[in-house]
Amino acid sequence: MRSIAISKGAAWLRTPMSESNPNSPQSEAFLARLMRDQLRLSIACALCFAIALVALPLLNYLAPEFMAQRVAGFTLTWLILGVLFFPFVWVISFVFIKRSIALEEAEAAAAPQTNQR
Amino acid sequence: MISTFVALSLGQVDPWIAICSLATVFVTVFMGFWSATKSKSAGDFFVAGRSVSVGWNASAISGEYLSAASFMGVAGMVMATGYDALWYPVCYACGYLFLLLFIAGPLRRFGAYTIPDFAEGRYDSPLFRKIAVCFVLFIGFFYTMPQMKGAGTTLAYIFPGLPYWAGVVVVGAVITLNVSLGGMKGITLVQAFQYWLKMFAIAVPIFILASIVGFYHTHLGANKTAFEATANPAHVERLALPAKAPKDEQWIAPFGKLTTKAVDASLAAAKTPEAKAELEAERRPYSLLYTYSLIIALVCGTAGLPHILVRFYTNPDGVAAKRTTMWVMILIGIFYVFPPIYGVIGRSLTPHLYDAVGAKGTDKVVLELPTLLAGKDHALLGSILSGITCAGAFAAFMSTFSGLLVSMTGALAHDVYGRILKPDSTPEQRLRAFKWAAVLIGAVSILLGMQVEALEINFMVGQAFAIAAASYFPLLFMSVWWRGMTMPGAAAGMLGGGLAALVAITLTSISDVAAAGAKKITDASQLAAYWADHSLAKVLADTWVAHPLARILCEQPAIWAVPLSITLMLVVSKSTAAKIPGDIRMKMLVLHAPEALGLKQEYIKEHEGLGH
Repeated sequence: MRSIAISKGAAWLRTPMSESNPNSPQSEAFLARLMRDQLRLSIACALCFAIALVALPLLNYLAPEFMAQRVAGFTLTWLILGVLFFPFVWVISFVFIKRSIALEEAEAAAAPQTNQR
Repeated sequence: MISTFVALSLGQVDPWIAICSLATVFVTVFMGFWSATKSKSAGDFFVAGRSVSVGWNASAISGEYLSAASFMGVAGMVMATGYDALWYPVCYACGYLFLLLFIAGPLRRFGAYTIPDFAEGRYDSPLFRKIAVCFVLFIGFFYTMPQMKGAGTTLAYIFPGLPYWAGVVVVGAVITLNVSLGGMKGITLVQAFQYWLKMFAIAVPIFILASIVGFYHTHLGANKTAFEATANPAHVERLALPAKAPKDEQWIAPFGKLTTKAVDASLAAAKTPEAKAELEAERRPYSLLYTYSLIIALVCGTAGLPHILVRFYTNPDGVAAKRTTMWVMILIGIFYVFPPIYGVIGRSLTPHLYDAVGAKGTDKVVLELPTLLAGKDHALLGSILSGITCAGAFAAFMSTFSGLLVSMTGALAHDVYGRILKPDSTPEQRLRAFKWAAVLIGAVSILLGMQVEALEINFMVGQAFAIAAASYFPLLFMSVWWRGMTMPGAAAGMLGGGLAALVAITLTSISDVAAAGAKKITDASQLAAYWADHSLAKVLADTWVAHPLARILCEQPAIWAVPLSITLMLVVSKSTAAKIPGDIRMKMLVLHAPEALGLKQEYIKEHEGLGH
């Protein structure tokens, strides 16, 4: 059995004093910086991925003969899409997870100690 | 009645195949019952008490994700259409990256149980919750249909006398029973087990098979490209392709049968040479468009599938949710290298499947291929390997259907019953509601599954993804990253994009199912009467022939539906800016602030002593 309890946050979040401190989680500056940094990281990683997704069909379209050359029995484009694409995505996600966890630690460290658990 | 069919077909049943399949079913059911004794509270039923470890959870997500479409459909589609079908496994796996980059962390920090919880919490709107619930059910049913097709196909293969519909009924009933008894906690354990079963079942038979009949690259190398003057010297055995099979140079190259189907149909009907020349010129650009639309649907659709998203709440924290996604990507990425190999070898050695339709067609190549060894003096080995792939197929549609059933039943019991119909219900009543909701949804899924024998498994999944891509993905992405979103904006975008995609896709399915029915009729006068009975399908089929671009845009709507949805969200939110929730900054902080700051708020609080 559960009921909705919309949280309004801890008391310190509502104190107007912390509004002006740019390191306080309450401040507009903190939230804007937080979202900007996270979104920048995500978009950078997404771009690497998106470029590959856009480029491969385009290469198939513009340079069919080049993409059809044989590499160990596979055609080049089959090898890329059927096999090599997976490790490529693992690399992007590994980099993202490392950076994103580091980012969170830096953010947590930047906020005043009293706010931490 | 079913026992009669079983008795009729028992004479031709391979004992190994039957034993492996039955063992999978019994282990699954046993694990469901066993864990049922451990999951007592309502919380256990809905999200497994939120304390599943990264390894278990990653295996379970992968197990749930690798559906009949992945296990059987990808191989069948690669065999049927060639290179273009490779986009499916690649985007199934890579769509997870989008989930990781933009949605997984924030959603977990927000701490709502389900998508409807998130929708309500983000916009403070009970109305929006109801809309979201309807969509969970909608997308879910589109995704259960291909799983049912997988079930029907596999059972029809194991018991050659059994009709397709009986397989759907038997498997659907077993899984429904299992879910209504075990709930999600049972499912986590079962799903994780099933991932490893599927991985074993897809990888081991193909290694043994390939070592006898030739490997991936040699079979692929036997297919001539358009730029090679002569066929490659045959290093491997290859059977003659029937007339229905695509030609080598078309099959191995991009922009083949899958993406040019619409233009080819128009070409066949075109009368003047000018019209033919014009269509020929349009073929390749349209194929490129189809490919991009498919990529958008699959990548964004992954990030929006409700039964996958709910699992992020079973992680203890946001860091664990991210690590889980990384492992899921590795687990499913490795898996997805294998199904296309079945398709490629199947093209060489089981070309007779090109001539069959429905449950006997290329969708069963994964099951059929290992039995070839019987003809090569390895009869026992062939039976055992085929038994293993059958077990994998069972694990595939059982696990995905279970997961869907849990998420849809959760929506029905938790939201429709617990929130809307009877807000003051007791925990016992809710548990009972969960069980009955499971039975109801299972029955509807079985009925829907019986209608879709004519459609390819993988194709149907692609369509479910397109609808998710145009509804949930924009909703989640925009809600997480844009403060200016309002409830009317979110609802307009989700409904506008999702319904537009749904309608477009349904139109193509109606004409495809009707066309498949027409193919069975050989008598011309009966055919005319058949089309008179299916006048809407006839009108649609004529429209597709006249306008192949319209057919492509309806079959793969993501390329216009996703932008449509996002545009609706932007425009409507801007014009209703007064409705932005007052505590939006707080909500955004909860979504984005690191959990170490102690901002994490459990949106729904479980009261002590209740439900245990």
